[in-house]
Amino acid sequence: MDGKVVMITGAARGQGRAHALRLAEEGADIIAVDICDHIDTVPMTMGTADDLAETVKLVENLDRRIVARTADVRDSAQLEAALSDGLSEFGHIDVLCANAGIASMNLTWELTEEQWRDVIDVNLTGVWRSIKAVLPAMIEQGTGGSIVITSSMAGVLGLGGIAHYTASKHAVIGLMRSLVNEVSVHRIRVNTVNPTTVDTDMIQNDAFYQFAGGTKETLAGLFTALNAIPVPWVEPVDVANAVLFLASDESRYVTGLTLWVDAGLGTKVGMG
Amino acid sequence: MGRMDGKVVLVTGAARGQGRSHALRLAEEGADVIAVDACTDVASAPYPMATEADLAETAKLIENLDRRVVARRADVRDFDGLRAAVADGVAELGHLDVVCANAGILSFGPAWELTDEQWQEMIDINLTGVWHTLKATVPVLIDQGTGGSIILTSSVAGLKGFGYISAYSAAKHGVVGLMRTLVNEIRPHHIRVNCVNPTTVDTDMIQNQGAYGYFQVDNREDFGTIFQTFHTLPIPWIETRDVSSAVLYLASDDSRYVTGLTLAVDAGFLNKVG
Repeated sequence: MDGKVVMITGAARGQGRAHALRLAEEGADIIAVDICDHIDTVPMTMGTADDLAETVKLVENLDRRIVARTADVRDSAQLEAALSDGLSEFGHIDVLCANAGIASMNLTWELTEEQWRDVIDVNLTGVWRSIKAVLPAMIEQGTGGSIVITSSMAGVLGLGGIAHYTASKHAVIGLMRSLVNEVSVHRIRVNTVNPTTVDTDMIQNDAFYQFAGGTKETLAGLFTALNAIPVPWVEPVDVANAVLFLASDESRYVTGLTLWVDAGLGTKVGMG
Repeated sequence: MGRMDGKVVLVTGAARGQGRSHALRLAEEGADVIAVDACTDVASAPYPMATEADLAETAKLIENLDRRVVARRADVRDFDGLRAAVADGVAELGHLDVVCANAGILSFGPAWELTDEQWQEMIDINLTGVWHTLKATVPVLIDQGTGGSIILTSSVAGLKGFGYISAYSAAKHGVVGLMRTLVNEIRPHHIRVNCVNPTTVDTDMIQNQGAYGYFQVDNREDFGTIFQTFHTLPIPWIETRDVSSAVLYLASDDSRYVTGLTLAVDAGFLNKVG
């Protein structure tokens, strides 16, 4: 990633931070954005300003440069301002990781308007806004680029209790597939990563344990049974390694791919 | 430090083309290689196959990288020969960690005009040959108990039906089904199985007058003009190293939780509309 500039949404912690660090390790400079705020319908904590500051410190410890801004993917002006600051500092943009996402849990027919709206606004429309913010600059540069959208195995399978999340993660695959037909001519590639459960604060919290029927152990047992490889979840670095492949020139002719980092979830037949 | 340090890799069809490229790319990252090739012509393929001299050149190039290589002539249609080659390699290099089932051929013709020989030769090499490769290696991987990564070379023709290569397309689809089944069979052993699904790769398999003739052209440039229309990215074909990069990702621990994937290296082929 030497000489590349990467914009990452949701970079304060979790997968976003892992992407920032893995790509920086390989030489990238980073434009890191995060909402650093809470959204009312989200039953778990979200990244904070302190978390984002920690991401900055960790990237700088790798001797890479970073521009970090508080920005909400529901607000195009904030995204454009963050990108603009990044471009002033670095001069170009080569990779977008549209990673910011939230979750909440409820039965489809019991979801509130607010739960549905927030998940769709952040996980789907937020991805579209992030892409819309970077593409004009990427096209203008004329040097190609790589867009990596964080979908999910819930973008491929219908998981119960998270219909809005599942709909949003399916939808970003449709967005990706359309974009491939629009931006290939500019040598910009668009792919998704589709992780199974990842060991982050999004799932490691009391609300999610309760949703899964009890404790962290219950959750681990449930997810181990879902995956083909006998692990309950993957680590953020496993997703980051997939993102690195898609961001780097090693995948220069890979576009339109849904890259499952799924411990075999999508291929497994039956439980246990 | 290389991404494949201490690993031993088997590559079938290693004498040239994608197989040689995989062998070299993985060796660059520290792997030792068991390189296998039939080194024999195939009647139904409209182009010459790799030779023993090609296989010797692959071996030399690996040694130039200061890696060890066991090169053996073995046909994936001959299970006993293949198993013996694997055994030789494991005896010399100590173990086996990664399997690249890459050997394959291409031939053309409308489905209803294929001869029994054309059909059978294709299925025997491109599908049964992959199964033989698994049968020769999976017991070794299970015995070792240290996991492993198996990469089957399918194709975009393993996911979509191209005209006039029905036997090839059937075989490459079959490989995807084989991979998906195997994921469910070997999961207790921490062995991963994935496919790479390349679009057209710039190798002797497609750059020959037999292939040109099927597209009613007689040169590389006109052939490229046609193939560019299959892709969203403005290129006619990809290079062997682009497939090798994908193989490296799947072979290395970077993908330790990736199994059951069809990794298309396709320049947008599968998603192109119109």
